[in-house]
Parts: sequence; structure tokens; C-alpha cells
Amino acid sequence: MKPPAFDYIAADSIAMAAAALAHAGDDAKIIAGGQSLVPMLNFRLLRPSILVDINRIAGLDIVEETNGAIRVGALTRHYQLETSPLIAKHLPVLSCAMTHVAHLAIRNRGTIGGSLAHADPAAELPMMALLLDAELRVASGCGERTVAARDFFLGALTVDLASGEIITGIVLPKLPPRTGWGFEEVARRHGDFALAAAAATLTVSGGTIDQARIALTGVGPTALRATAAEGLLIGHALEPGLTNRAIEAVRATIKPETDLHASSDYRRHLAGVLTGRALAAAWRRANESAA
Amino acid sequence: MSKTCEISVTVNGTAHRATVEPRLLLSDFLRHTLGLTGTHVGCEHGVCGACTVLIDGDSGRACLMFAVQADGRSIETVESLGRIGQMNALQESFHEHHALQCGFCTPGMLMTATDLLRKYPLATDDDIRKGLSGNLCRCTGYEHIVKAIRAVVGKGHP
Repeated sequence: MKPPAFDYIAADSIAMAAAALAHAGDDAKIIAGGQSLVPMLNFRLLRPSILVDINRIAGLDIVEETNGAIRVGALTRHYQLETSPLIAKHLPVLSCAMTHVAHLAIRNRGTIGGSLAHADPAAELPMMALLLDAELRVASGCGERTVAARDFFLGALTVDLASGEIITGIVLPKLPPRTGWGFEEVARRHGDFALAAAAATLTVSGGTIDQARIALTGVGPTALRATAAEGLLIGHALEPGLTNRAIEAVRATIKPETDLHASSDYRRHLAGVLTGRALAAAWRRANESAA
Repeated sequence: MSKTCEISVTVNGTAHRATVEPRLLLSDFLRHTLGLTGTHVGCEHGVCGACTVLIDGDSGRACLMFAVQADGRSIETVESLGRIGQMNALQESFHEHHALQCGFCTPGMLMTATDLLRKYPLATDDDIRKGLSGNLCRCTGYEHIVKAIRAVVGKGHP
């Protein structure tokens, strides 16, 4: 339960971190909050030759309003996001989701960029990035690029990030007007990884749904958007029959794993129930904001 | 062996300088290098919460951080909370409510509760239980720990 030996460098700029990564090749690991990385080191599942610590890079932990969006720096801690007034105002669904991320001691240390890069199949942040049509900003020694969340998550613990690249932040478009949201999660114990979780946003105009987004986590190798279910909702008012059809579409889309914690069938059932609850909450909030 | 690093870290108000291997966990630095054995080590992978300390005032797992990362930072351990014969209000409340049996989880419980009491209103017992969900206790069934924390909610920051 002690990590193998490694060298260590505390980078004070993105350029310095990128140079250290480029120099070390595939053997280096970035450490930010370390809340997923250090357990893997302690178990010796990973044996990097060097850890590049990015915690001391200034300006990477900022939550700010940009044109129609909120930009969140990669070193922003989960607790910062959970309690950010800007997020509460413009992306309340994200504030709610963050309260489900692990425990306070983990939320104090764990970072947004780290969670996205780690891409645990049952984590909340990849799901929220998909739900909110986020874009990730990625830097390397060769410059910067932007990647849409929908293209970023490739598989369990696998993302579109080359070995010399660093996530610098994420850009989340604000919720449109007349939009309601819902977030529902079931875990064996508060703060544990989700057995399943569902989140939805509904934008309502003239009593019918203009735009629908449904995202799930814990029910496959990556978080996902339930696009077939979303499509069923457009142009209609939410009523029990429609909710049930959306739930069936979600259950038909997913292929959850069976593991120690829950069977595939249970997870599929749960995903449907939670989708129904998230849609009901989103519909209620959308109509309250339209009234 | 990897290259060692020089660190300066303040622990419970006292400045320390040390030479550490990068892989030295903060929990082992506190216990073995400084002899502060109040911080307990249970699982060493961030699950049990026994090693919870305050890092610049925020609770964190000492087993999920390297001593080298504490360079320039301020760490508070359970030893900072009170003195023998002069426990702080939270410790007194744990004593009064029989919130420990074997005591192994207690340092982590106290440090977690300290941060929870500073950051959340803890209006209901359910809020306290959610707040403690990252700290395992195999003796008490948590009932008395919740009561001990409930008794100091709103009584000023510990």
C-alpha cells in the first residue's frame, strides 16, 4: 500500500508542465487533486517514472462568466464548483450534481480537470459535461485545442487526450431561458460512485418542449446522452405516457454491466426510474420559470 | 531511489523542514517523520477516512497526498484540537455522547466534523450522516457520533 518510487516536479506554468511531460514521454503522470491517481499508485496499478504536479499553476482554478457560458479552470476543486454562486445562478443542475461527488475531504482536493481526464464510468462530471454540451480546452507543447465533451469520452477510463496534453479548463454554456432541470442518483451510500444517475434539462415554450437533454452515468463504459429519448420529447408536453416512452427508450439504449454492487437488469431498471424523476423535476422547474 | 526533495511545512502551528522522497505519503510523514501518531492509517486508498487532516484549513485524506505536496502549506492534525485535560468542545461532545469505542476512526471523525461544522449548516441528522459518509466506524453504528456532532452544531466554530 505504498507507492513505487518516482521523480517529482512541481510545475508553475502550463508551459513548464508540458515541457516536463514531453521530456518524460509516456511514462509521466500529471497529478492534480490526486484523489483517483494516488489510490492507483498506492495499489501499484501505475508506475510512472515522474509525477508532474500542476497544483501550483496560478489562474487554473477560476470560475468565470464568459460570453453566454461559464468557464471553469481545470484546477477548480469539486467543493468550489459545488458552492460557486455563478454555477448556482446559471447551471443549478451542476451545483446539485456536485453534492453527490464523493465526500467533503475528497471534494476539497479533487479537481474538475482530473475527474474529466480520469473518466470513471460512474462519475458525475463526465455526465454533466455531456448533458451541458461542454467544450474542453486542452494544451500541450504544440499549442492549444478545443474538444467537445461528446467526442472526448472514448471508453472506460479512456479519453481523447495524448500523453503530453493537459486539460486546462471546460466551457459550459449557460442554461437557456425557460429551462428546467432534474438530477437523480442512487448510490449504496451517499458519496459512493453512482449505481446509476440521470440528469435532464427541458426548455419549454408555449406549453411544449423545445429542447430536451438527458444524460446518464454508471450504466456503461462511459457517461452517455440518451438521444433517442430526447427526440421523443420535442414538440410535446410532458405527460405520464410520454415519460414512459422516454424511459423505455433509455432502457433500450443502455447496456449496463453487472458487478459486485448491482446487476445489469437492476441498473437498467434504475436508469429508467431516475430518468422519469429527472424529467418530472425538469418539467416542473421549466414551467415555474416560464410562469 | 528517486531524487529527494526539501520541504518546509507547518504542522499544528510549528514549522518543520525535512528531506523527503517524493513517494512519502503525508500520513507517513506525520506519523513516522514527525511522530504525530494521532493521525491513523486504515486503508491507505482514501476509503476509510481515518487519516483525515486539515490542509490549509480544508479536510483531506493524508494518505492521498504526498508530503512533498505539502511544501509551504499548513497542516492540522487531531493533535491540534485540544490538550490532555483540556479537550475542545467537539472532543468533549464525543466524550459525553460515547461517540467512540475502539477509537481508531475518531481522529478522522473529529477532523471531518471540524470541516463539516465550518462549511455546512447540518440542519438535520441526515445532513450529518451524509457528511460522515466518507468515514468508516466499525464499532458505534454511527448513532452516538451523529449525536455528538448534533450537540455542537450552531455552538460556534470548533
